[in-house]
Amino acid sequence: MIGIVSYGTYIPKYRIKVEEIARIWGENAESIKSGLGVFEKSVPDIDEDTATIAVEASREALERAKINAKEIGAIFVGSESHPYAVKPTATIVGEALGVGNEYFSADLEFACKAGTAAMQICYAMVKAEMIKYGLAIGADTAQARPSDALEYSASAGGVALIIGRDPIAEIEATYSFTSDTPDFWRRDLQKYPSHGGRFTGLPAYFRHVISAARGLMEKYGYNLNDFDFAVFHQPNAKFPIRAARMLGIDTKKIEQGLVVRYIGNTYSASSLMGLAAILDIAKPEQRILLVSFGSGAGSDAFSIRVTDKIENFERNPSVWDKIKHREYIDYGLYLKHRDMIVR
Amino acid sequence: MVPRFWRKIKYRYNLIGSYCENCGNYFYPPRNLCPVCRRKGKIKEVPLSGTGRVLSYTVVHQGENEGKPYIIALIELDEGVRLISQLVCNPEDVEIGMRVKSVFRKYGEDGKEGIIYYGTKFVPI
Amino acid sequence: MRRVAVVGVGCTKFGELWDKSFRDLFIEAGIEALEDADLEGKEIEALYVGNMSAGRYIGQEHISALIADYSGLAEFNIPATRVEAADASGGLALREAYLAVASGLHDIVITGGVEKVSDVGDAMEILSCSADQEWEYFVGANLPALYALIARLHMERFGTTEEDLALIAVKNHRNAVKNPKAQFRGEISVKDVLNSPYVAEPLKLLDCASICDGASAVILASEDIAKKITDTPVYIKACCQASDYIALHSRKDLLTMTSVVKASRNAYKIAKIEPKDVQVAEVHDVFTIAEIIAYEDLGFCKKGEGAKLIREGETEIGGKIPVNTSGGLKACGHAVGATGIRQAVEIVLQLRGDANGRQVDAETGLALNIGGTGATAVVTIFSR
Repeated sequence: MIGIVSYGTYIPKYRIKVEEIARIWGENAESIKSGLGVFEKSVPDIDEDTATIAVEASREALERAKINAKEIGAIFVGSESHPYAVKPTATIVGEALGVGNEYFSADLEFACKAGTAAMQICYAMVKAEMIKYGLAIGADTAQARPSDALEYSASAGGVALIIGRDPIAEIEATYSFTSDTPDFWRRDLQKYPSHGGRFTGLPAYFRHVISAARGLMEKYGYNLNDFDFAVFHQPNAKFPIRAARMLGIDTKKIEQGLVVRYIGNTYSASSLMGLAAILDIAKPEQRILLVSFGSGAGSDAFSIRVTDKIENFERNPSVWDKIKHREYIDYGLYLKHRDMIVR
Repeated sequence: MVPRFWRKIKYRYNLIGSYCENCGNYFYPPRNLCPVCRRKGKIKEVPLSGTGRVLSYTVVHQGENEGKPYIIALIELDEGVRLISQLVCNPEDVEIGMRVKSVFRKYGEDGKEGIIYYGTKFVPI
Repeated sequence: MRRVAVVGVGCTKFGELWDKSFRDLFIEAGIEALEDADLEGKEIEALYVGNMSAGRYIGQEHISALIADYSGLAEFNIPATRVEAADASGGLALREAYLAVASGLHDIVITGGVEKVSDVGDAMEILSCSADQEWEYFVGANLPALYALIARLHMERFGTTEEDLALIAVKNHRNAVKNPKAQFRGEISVKDVLNSPYVAEPLKLLDCASICDGASAVILASEDIAKKITDTPVYIKACCQASDYIALHSRKDLLTMTSVVKASRNAYKIAKIEPKDVQVAEVHDVFTIAEIIAYEDLGFCKKGEGAKLIREGETEIGGKIPVNTSGGLKACGHAVGATGIRQAVEIVLQLRGDANGRQVDAETGLALNIGGTGATAVVTIFSR
């Protein structure tokens, strides 16, 4: 049985409210809040970046796993805000964890689904008996163009999963649906991403999420009742709720993982953060449907079944505990923290 | 500065200090030679706990950080060894004696085109 | 070891001296010392110079040769030596020169200190390299931050206040009004100090000495020769130096500079005096807290009572033990490598009776020069 042996998360403590951003642009906060379903988002500290967030999340995962760091045989970090364009985040994590020198490694990019892609690679390496444990990380400090709609949701956070045998949650199956769909992109050396507006909906997010979910269920013989929880990529609260309805899944099943309302879209960590929030309370034998989405475009779907090993696993502090641990800042400080104004 | 920073990455990313088997003292930053025992000493590398308390602190207003004023603290780790580090905390909340633990943060960079310096800072427990 | 006396002193004005180059500075100080001793120059047998960082401040190394050259002493190919211990470089140069004469190796030597900081570079950044560059400065602990850590703890443990620190700055500025070589010659008030912006809490701008340009020089001779040269030789009774761990986090007690304690106790022993016998002193007030701690570590008062001494006016001109009659580093300005020699110049002037306007009645004086946060200390005791 191969799956998630341990998980760790990190959410920077600063938040900015939708009201504060709307105040700057003279927009109606209430209609934005009800339109996106997002109330506030996380903002990294000035001395935090994707690497520091990845390290903090990984250190928690490693501590909870109670394994020797040197047993990790692969590290893959997925992000769209790696600190270097060339020089991997993964080796910084490797050094900070004390993994040694014997590990497979690379950084990944596939918009918001690079973290789940890392999961798939680690899963395959464990299955092929190339490694004992693999560390898959999704982390981001997303940058948004000022006054763009995405400014209300682009946030920061990281999730680290240790993949191996004897898991607390088995990865029963995984399926990906991929196509060349330019819904959201950033050209090299451009500071902010661009996107296709409403094009990011049906032809992008929904097509891939629904196709991946259905593809997984058809190929491996699942039906909706097999799942106790579902978590989709959450760029806002509306899309995952709508995806659930389109699939016929009871929206109650996605509530536990719907963290976007309070921390925004953590991009490569987005669906994984929801997964972690679910694992925080899930019981043995419960099954989770995880479907990520990365622009450009693709979705990775997983069927994850919790095992009884989760009962001896340390799950505190939980994701929702961390969401509550917060400090609000204003727009000026937000710009300083996001490096958008410098001395 | 690249090789010089790289040489000590292991000791900055994690609090890896030195322990002398002869006199039982801990040292951070690490040392090749025990200053107490010199040739009689037997130094080995040892990871430190990362938890401790604040002995003294200052809020630096004119300094190296591009960000806000930052806090420098003299911290005594539970092993008894002391080090100087940055404290990530609101200045009003710092107190001599408060308990702190280590975190992984960015210290700076060698210019916009240079390498990024990561290391260990502390936060209140 | 034979007795050694100071026979000539010289000092430039300290400050932001845009018109003067590094070479201009040391020549000016050296000539003044030679004139004071009424020597031509060919009598000098060796040259010592203290300079912290000409390499970083002006891109020049091999200072000893440069100075020997420009002062006309290379003409005689005399040995020239540069010594460095951050801002104790001057004290080190004094001690090396003292040892050269006391040991009998040379009869007349010149020793000086010089620093030119305003040409290039961030002066405080370079001075902060007197701390542990890799483990203190790297994390952002520059020199003000390190002394601030000491100040904070001193306040917490002994009740010293920011007002007490301010009194040091006020005293030294007042003393400097009568010192034509000082950078700052105007009085300031406690309110001025307390209102100045924080540099590293609790230290404010006016708690910090300014890093500046300057040079000073003294000529030392053996007792026999000194008596032929001058009617007012001032003897060096003792010149002791001590080291300590370079970083604050390695020190046994943050509030005691062990190097100062060791150097001063050795000096008192050799000079056969006690702290109370010191009648005038120049100490290393690179930050106001440093002067308070110096009172304690030199034995002028008990540990923790340094603030009491300044509060009760004991270290004013006219007090029990006048300290920094020149204005100290705070008001004279801190020309890093030159400071240790400038301190010696002041004590010599005091003991000769030549400290116009700021004169105290003293037969025994002390100079304390410190490197960084106390990793080096040089204590010199002078007497008539």
